[in-house]
Amino acid sequence: MVSLTINGRQHAIDAEPDTPLLFVLRDTLGLTGTKYGCGIGQCGACTVLLDSQATRSCQIPIESVGTQSVATIEAVEQDAVGRKVVAAWVALQVPQCGYCQSGQVMAATALLQQTPHPTEADIADAMTNLCRCGTYNAIAAAVRQAAA
Amino acid sequence: MDQFLTEARADAVTVVEPPARDGVPGASRRGFLAAAGSALVLSVALPGRSARAQAQGPAEGAGAIAPKPGTRVAAFLEIHPDGTVKLLSPFVEGGQGIATGMAQIVGEELDVPPARFVVDCAPPGPDYAVVNGLRMTGGSFSTRSSYAVMRRLGATARDMLIRAAAARLKVRESELTTRDGTVIHAATNRSLPYGDLAADALLLKPNEAVELRDPSTFRYIRQPVPRLDVHDKATGRAVYAIDQKLDGMLYAAVQHAPHLGTEPEALTNEAEIRAMPGVHSVHRLPGAVAVAADSWWRARKAVEALGVRWSAPKPSGLDTVAADFSSDGIVAALKASTDPGLPAEAVGDTAGAFAKAAKVIEADYEAPYLAHAQLEPPSALARFSEDGTLDLWLPNQMPELFQAIAAQVAGLQPAQVRIHSPMLGGFFGRHFAYGPGNPFPQAIRLAQATRRPVKVLWSREEEFRSDALRPLSYSRFRAALDAQGRPSAIEVRTVGEGPIGRYFGALFKNPVDSSAVEGIVEKPYAIPNRRMTFTKLAHPVTIAFWRSVGHSMNDAFYESFLDEIAQAGGQDPFALRQALLKDSPRHLALLAAVAEMSGGWRRGPYAAEGGMRARGLAMASPFGSETATIAEVSVEGGEARVHTLWIAFDPGSVVNPAIVRAQVESAAALGLSSVLFEQIVYRDGVRQAQNFDTYPILRREHMPAVHVRIVESGAPMGGVGEPGLPGVPPAVLNAIAALTGQRIRALPIANTKLSAA
Ligand code: FES
Ligand code: FES
Repeated sequence: MVSLTINGRQHAIDAEPDTPLLFVLRDTLGLTGTKYGCGIGQCGACTVLLDSQATRSCQIPIESVGTQSVATIEAVEQDAVGRKVVAAWVALQVPQCGYCQSGQVMAATALLQQTPHPTEADIADAMTNLCRCGTYNAIAAAVRQAAA
Repeated sequence: MDQFLTEARADAVTVVEPPARDGVPGASRRGFLAAAGSALVLSVALPGRSARAQAQGPAEGAGAIAPKPGTRVAAFLEIHPDGTVKLLSPFVEGGQGIATGMAQIVGEELDVPPARFVVDCAPPGPDYAVVNGLRMTGGSFSTRSSYAVMRRLGATARDMLIRAAAARLKVRESELTTRDGTVIHAATNRSLPYGDLAADALLLKPNEAVELRDPSTFRYIRQPVPRLDVHDKATGRAVYAIDQKLDGMLYAAVQHAPHLGTEPEALTNEAEIRAMPGVHSVHRLPGAVAVAADSWWRARKAVEALGVRWSAPKPSGLDTVAADFSSDGIVAALKASTDPGLPAEAVGDTAGAFAKAAKVIEADYEAPYLAHAQLEPPSALARFSEDGTLDLWLPNQMPELFQAIAAQVAGLQPAQVRIHSPMLGGFFGRHFAYGPGNPFPQAIRLAQATRRPVKVLWSREEEFRSDALRPLSYSRFRAALDAQGRPSAIEVRTVGEGPIGRYFGALFKNPVDSSAVEGIVEKPYAIPNRRMTFTKLAHPVTIAFWRSVGHSMNDAFYESFLDEIAQAGGQDPFALRQALLKDSPRHLALLAAVAEMSGGWRRGPYAAEGGMRARGLAMASPFGSETATIAEVSVEGGEARVHTLWIAFDPGSVVNPAIVRAQVESAAALGLSSVLFEQIVYRDGVRQAQNFDTYPILRREHMPAVHVRIVESGAPMGGVGEPGLPGVPPAVLNAIAALTGQRIRALPIANTKLSAA
C-alpha cells in the first residue's frame, strides 16, 4: 500500500511502487482528466502539480511521491489562480480537440502561482507541453490574460 | 479527396437496402461498405434505426423505406423541459468545432440559442447519412454538405412546435411567433416554452415545405459563437474514448508484430507472464499478442515482458512488409517505374509546346510517410451483453462502417452492434477504418475470449508502430518556357498510391486516384498545355487519410516547382502567379489580400531583427476552398525558423468565423510541423520512430505568429478543417529558396542542412 494525498484527500493505493502516478490517477482513482499522451515525459498531457510544481505524472513512480500533495485538473477551479487560468482559457477559446489542455492548464497554473507576472521567457520556459492541434499562440495569449 | 463528394453524389446517393429506391442501379450502400471495408466482404444489411427515431418512422419492418437523411426531427432532437436541446449530430467532434457549428445552424432555424444545446455524436442509422447519402466526418465535408439539410431540420422542428402550440392555445399558427425556445401568442400575451410542447410536436407529421429564415436576420450563423465544449476541455471534464470505464472491465495492452503481416508463432515465457501481478490472461491475436489485466499499467508491463517468436516476414505485398523494406527502397521503386500511367489531366498540346520551348526545366519531388500523432492514443472498449449483442466505444469517423466491420469480426448482424462515438483527442484522418491500424477488432476478440468487457489501449509506441500513414509520395515535374520566360506547358508524372484508391476504389471506379494527384491537377493557373499522369504503385504499408490528404504534399511540390519556373523565366513568383491568374478574380482577390496583410509583397532577402529573412508565397485550392499563404523565414544554426504566416482564406462563406480562424491556424501548424520535421522512416522493414522523441512534432518554440483573413467570396461553401494546411509547406520552402538559394525537393526540411543566408 502506498499512501497518496490527492486534491486534499488521502488515498491508500494497492499498486506496485513503481507504477507511474498517471495510471493510478486515471485507472485506480478514475481521475481521467489527466491524460496519457506519450508515457515518456515528452508531451505533458499528464501534467499535475506536486507541491505546486508542474510535474509530468507519467514519470513519477508512486513510491517517490511521499508526502508531497498532488493536485489534478479536477481540482483546478478550487484554486484562485487556477480559476483565473480556466477563465482565460474559456475567454480566448483556447482548446481545439482539448486532449492536451488539462496539462496545459496545469502548467499555466503552476507558472502563475510561482510567477504571477511572467515574462515572455518565463512563459516559454514553463509552457513546453505539446499540442498537436497547434493552439500554442492561443495558449500564450491566455497565460498573458490570466496574468494581467 | 474533394472528388469524393461529387463522386459520392453521383454514385452512392442512397443508403436504402435492399435495392436502391432512387439511386443508380447497382451502386448501393452495400457496395460502399464493401469497398470501404477493404479486405472485408460485407454481406450485411444496414442497421435499423434507433428506437426513438422509429417512433416517428412512416413505415417499419423489413420492407420499410428508409427516411430521407436529415429529415426526421425525432432522430436528431430532444427538447427537454428545462429548455435545453440535445442534438444527435451526424458528425463526431474532434476539435474542429462541428458540434458548435451544428448547434448554430439548427439553433438559428429552431430559434434556440446555441449555448442551450448539448451535442452528441448520433448512433449508426440512415437518418444521419447527410453527406450526400453517406455518413462520415472527414474530407472537410461536414458543414458544407449538411448546412442546407440541418437548417431545414431546425426549421421543420420549429414549425412542428408552432403547430403544437396553435392546437394547445386554440389559435391560428399565423398568429404565433417564437423567441429563444418559446412560442409566443402576442395578441393574448401568452407563451409556451418548447419543452412543454416537444412531446405533442413530435407526434405531428413534418411539413415538407417550411420557410427558412432570411439570412439577413441571422443571429447565430456567421457569428463567432463560443464553442460548447471549451469549459469542459479546460477543466478535464471532456470524456474521450480512452476515458471510458465499465464495471468488471479488463484492461488490455498489446505488442504488435515487428513486421506487418507476421504472426506470433510461439510464446516463450507465458507461464511467467501469467504469474505477474494483476494479469488475467495472455492472448495471441492476428499480428499481435495481448495481455489482459486489472490495470493497464500491469497489462502493459506484462505484454512488454512477453517473449514472442514471430513468423518470418513475407515478401512485401499489400499489408505485408518485407524484412528488407525501406523508405529509400520504395522511393527508388517509385522513381524507377516505367509504367506510363493514366492521364489525370490533359489539356492542349504538351508535346508540341515542349518541342518549341526556349527552355525546359525538370525536377523530382518526394515526401515521406507521416504519422497522425494525434495526442490521444487509440483505444477501444468492447462489451458483450447476455443477449449476445455488442457495445463498442471507439474513436471513429464513420460509425456505420465501423459497425459493419465490428459485426463481421464478432460474427453478428450490424443491428446487434451499438457504436458509441466519444469526442476525439485529435484525428486528422486517423480514425477511418484501416484494417490492422485500428484497435477495436482486438477489443472484440479479447472480450469474446475473456467474457468480460475489455478496453484495449495502444501505448504511444504501439501507435507509432501501427498507425496508418500518409503515403510516401513522388512526382516528376517538367515545364516548358517560351522566349519571354512564361510557362507554356507543364507535365507531371505521379507514381504511388492514395487512400481513396486503397479504401474506396471499388466505389469510385476511377482508376486515377484523386487522393494521389489532388493539388497537382485542377490548379487554377492558365498554363495552356498540361499533361498530368498517375501511375499506381501500391505501398505494402497501411496507408491513410492525413489532414488535407494528397494536398498535404502535392501542393508543396507544385507550388515549389512554380517558383522554380518563375526563377528559370526570370520572373517574380508573385507577379508570375498574378499573370497566370489574370482571368480569375477570386484568386486575384486572395493574392491581393495576402499581399496587403503582409504589408505588401516582398520576397527578400532583407535584414530584420539582426538577421536576414525572406518570404515565400503559395496558393492552394483544397476541398472547395481557396488559400493564399505567405511565410517569413530565417535560418538559425542551419535550421529554418518560420516567424510569421499570413493566410488569406476563402471558403465561400462561413458559419462561425472564430472557429474557422482557429481551424486555419491549427491546420497551418500541422502543415508547418510536417514540412519542418516529420517523417516515418522504414529501415529493414521496421519503422524507426517510436515516440515523440524520435518523431518530433511542432513545439511551442517553433510556432510562428499566424494571421488569418477570411475572405467570403460567396462561392459555394468549401471545407474548413483541412484547407489551411496545403499552402504552408510550399510557402516555407519558397521562402527558404529565396533566402538561401537552396531548393529543397525531398521533405522534410530537417533532412537538409541549410546554409546561412
Ligand atoms: S504522458 Fe506524460 S509527458 Fe506525455
Ligand atoms: S488541443 Fe488538441 S492536442 Fe492540444
